[in-house]
Amino acid sequence: MTNEKVVGIVLVSHSAQVAAAVADLARGLAGGEAAVPVAAAGGTEGGGLGTSAELIAAAAASVDRGAGVAVLTDLGSAVLTVKAMLAEGDDLPGHTRLVDAPFVEGAVAAVVTAATGAGLDAVAAAAMEAYDYRKV
Amino acid sequence: MLDAAFFRRWMTATAVSVDREAERLTALDSPIGDADHGSNLQRGFAAVTAALDKEAPATPGAVLALAGRQLISTVGGASGPLYGTLLRRTGKALGDAAEVSEEDLAGALRTGVDAVMALGGAAPGDKTMIDALVPAVDALGEGFGAARAAAERGAVATTPLQARKGRASYLGERSVGHQDPGATSAALLVAGLAEAAGE
Repeated sequence: MTNEKVVGIVLVSHSAQVAAAVADLARGLAGGEAAVPVAAAGGTEGGGLGTSAELIAAAAASVDRGAGVAVLTDLGSAVLTVKAMLAEGDDLPGHTRLVDAPFVEGAVAAVVTAATGAGLDAVAAAAMEAYDYRKV
Repeated sequence: MLDAAFFRRWMTATAVSVDREAERLTALDSPIGDADHGSNLQRGFAAVTAALDKEAPATPGAVLALAGRQLISTVGGASGPLYGTLLRRTGKALGDAAEVSEEDLAGALRTGVDAVMALGGAAPGDKTMIDALVPAVDALGEGFGAARAAAERGAVATTPLQARKGRASYLGERSVGHQDPGATSAALLVAGLAEAAGE
């Protein structure tokens, strides 16, 4: 690790199960050698489909180790809620970034990269590069 | 001049009409959305009135800031950050004055609507809440009643449009022929303003 402060990852989905499962998948594919803090913020506080600003704020606070927090979202209200929270200024830890990336592939790339001790710029870049990976 | 009590009446009147129209908003959101617009906004504005009762903010700007924060926290759908941003930016533009003029409010609301357009990337004609809000702000110089009428006309005028934003945009041409639920709820918000003014 080049940086003992590791970047935290927050995964925001409309569904609690999707967010939790993608977090598990990314942690699993990153290997166990480095503990990257990954938090899922899925669904509404009531357990329904949707986005919760409270769950996002709590997730971001829980993974903040001082090296920045990368937030990946699925769609619609998840994107808009994180953008609105960032615009507010004090809803999220400093150095929190909304990363424009595919949700599953981006999450894996972000966690794997964060596990190397890379900084927020490199983690975000790796997640965004996942858009370029053609499957067919 | 408009004081904090006026802005509380605005939020309360909107909460009452959102509550009354929740089923209609959700019905409009069924063919082109995910059928939760009414219940989401109902939950959000219930939280707004509860928070306003509890904290009783002293200035117009503080009333709108608190209301906006509640909407972002509790709505759960895209209308939360959109309406939340509208109210917070409008409140921020009003500053900490104890009373504001109608001209101040018109200017601040335009700032708020611009912020919503920047957040969601929607322009007039995209079949969104913007199609009610922009004509309302344009008409505000002629009074609250004129703004309400303009917002209602704007909401109705979304019916023949094809959605280019949000979930409805996936439907393409099938979104044509349905009045936009977001424009409809935006018209309720503007109507609440007229109601607060006793019009």
